[in-house]
Amino acid sequence: MLMLEVEHLSVTVHGKPILDDLSLSVRTGEVAAIMGPNGSGKSTLSYVIAGKPDYDVTSGRILLEGEDLLELDPTERALKGVFLAFQYPIEIPGVATMTFLKTALNAGRRARGESDLTTPEFMRRVREASQLLKIDQEMLRRPLNVGFSGGEKKRLEILQMALIQPRLAVLDETDSGLDIDALKVVAEGVNRLRDPARGFLVITHYQRLLDHIRPDVVHVMARGRIVASGGPELAVELERKGYRQFEEEAA
Amino acid sequence: MAAFSRFEQLGLPTRRNEWWHYTDLRAAMREAAPLAPTPDHPTIEAARELLQARKPIGAGRVVLVNGVLVGALCQGLPAGVVFQQKELPSADIDDPMVALNEAMSLDAGVLHVADGAALADPVEIVHLTAGSRPQATYSRLAIAVGADAKADFVEVFIGATAGVQRNASAFLSLGADAKVRHVAMLDDQAELHVESHTIQLAARAELNAFALVAGGALTRRQLFVRLAGEDAKIALGGLALIDDSRRADTTLQVNHKATGGTSREFFRAIVDDEGVGVFQGKIIVEKAAQKTDGSMKSQAILLSPKAQMNAKPELEIFADDVACGHGATIGSLDPEQLFYLQARGIPRAEAESMLLEAFGGEAIDRIEERRLIEPLRASFVAWLAMGRGKPTRAPK
Repeated sequence: MLMLEVEHLSVTVHGKPILDDLSLSVRTGEVAAIMGPNGSGKSTLSYVIAGKPDYDVTSGRILLEGEDLLELDPTERALKGVFLAFQYPIEIPGVATMTFLKTALNAGRRARGESDLTTPEFMRRVREASQLLKIDQEMLRRPLNVGFSGGEKKRLEILQMALIQPRLAVLDETDSGLDIDALKVVAEGVNRLRDPARGFLVITHYQRLLDHIRPDVVHVMARGRIVASGGPELAVELERKGYRQFEEEAA
Repeated sequence: MAAFSRFEQLGLPTRRNEWWHYTDLRAAMREAAPLAPTPDHPTIEAARELLQARKPIGAGRVVLVNGVLVGALCQGLPAGVVFQQKELPSADIDDPMVALNEAMSLDAGVLHVADGAALADPVEIVHLTAGSRPQATYSRLAIAVGADAKADFVEVFIGATAGVQRNASAFLSLGADAKVRHVAMLDDQAELHVESHTIQLAARAELNAFALVAGGALTRRQLFVRLAGEDAKIALGGLALIDDSRRADTTLQVNHKATGGTSREFFRAIVDDEGVGVFQGKIIVEKAAQKTDGSMKSQAILLSPKAQMNAKPELEIFADDVACGHGATIGSLDPEQLFYLQARGIPRAEAESMLLEAFGGEAIDRIEERRLIEPLRASFVAWLAMGRGKPTRAPK
């Protein structure tokens, strides 16, 4: 069963081609890693899956369990089960983190025809999930992402993922800006969510994240397309030899 | 009748008057509504009904109906506070609407807070317009806070319908070391709402004043502020919610006259439809006012292509040892923030409301007192919920 199918996807941003006839699939229950040098289009792919405006899809399709995502707005995609853990989570002054979490959780529940969570039940879920991620309750009382350290922002992304329980999680450079301890906490958070019914697309520049989140498959991206695919050993090879050979192949 | 002749001499303000540059009253006030008479018994009973329908804020209430104090509707003022009906001296301000207020008002009074009094609850001042006919109302009120006193005031304007022209003057003075919070709330539907505040602070006095403008076809708030004593502190804030073809103008001048004064002006506006917002602010630092610390900010979000904001912050500095700054931003909702909220499954309209509520809420929260923040937030959220300020709604 395929969770995600990206077929012949070409994307431009302000007229500049970024993704070039890219094809990729993630099986249900699979953790797929995408590795690639800076500027290869990894973040663009994650944004296009989540539905960020300002990206022009010039050809191709993106299917989530067979359903075309490109016709849907970002809210609808999220409600279908797509979750993007942002590389740079957005600061929103004036919006309390807890208010945001509650609104997001209840938006999903309403879309599924369920009633809103009671406040005690909501608090219980947040407390449990945040303890596992070593998130301080004080941090949750601040405005959303405002004044959070890089590590705090990334942990809050994983907390959201744990609460929302998506079908497809796209992690965009979740390791960037993390020290080794924070990286372990975040990776454990991701590993706890591994599930036969869930797919992961883990985008990273370095192999070190993949030491902690062991992928089933590794894809190499260069110049807007997938240039190699293989098992976890491919990540090790990349770490040793670098990206140059693949960039040359793609050119 | 010196005030009459001063008004006649000045005439209704037009764009040629720089202080009124964005609000041309001569064009807006083609017809002067007839002066509302002193409220009679049926008017007072109608006012009583309107009052019963709303939840009081704080303890102690002064009620003016159509600009005139109605003792029968007032509620016990706390110890240390006295209201006295009396003539007020002319303001030494050359403004036509202030002069017109003095010439036309039927009544005036002073709310005194005794030296050293510390009020536990806010005092509410209700400006109530009763009657559905076109009418002009004039109110004239002084709030005199004694030395070392602490007090909070909430002035609300309610009941006005289309055709009402309101002119309210307030004179707020703070004695040495007094600490005051003042909130003004406007969410009725006056055709014209002119509110003039003359504010004076003695040494080390602190004032935090905020206004929510959620109604009124044409609203003009003008503040004339003097930091007369040394080390006085003032924070002025506001949130204007402007939809349909409404106009809301805030124009203020903060005059630092003594050393060590601090002033903070922080005004936000949300403008939708064909609304027009105006912020004009001037900080004047006189030669004697060394060590002044002043900063002024005006920020607006425009929600429709025809919405307009005019912002003109200014500094005039005659002292040489000061720290002053100003800034103005006019923009739309941040698409990155909207995308982030949507990516978590929050519907677009709800995401927009959250961001607007955050934007306005940050202005409201600066009043720093829960009992004042709550009614302001409630009024703001009601405005958002009425479908105002929602860019994605169907075109009219």
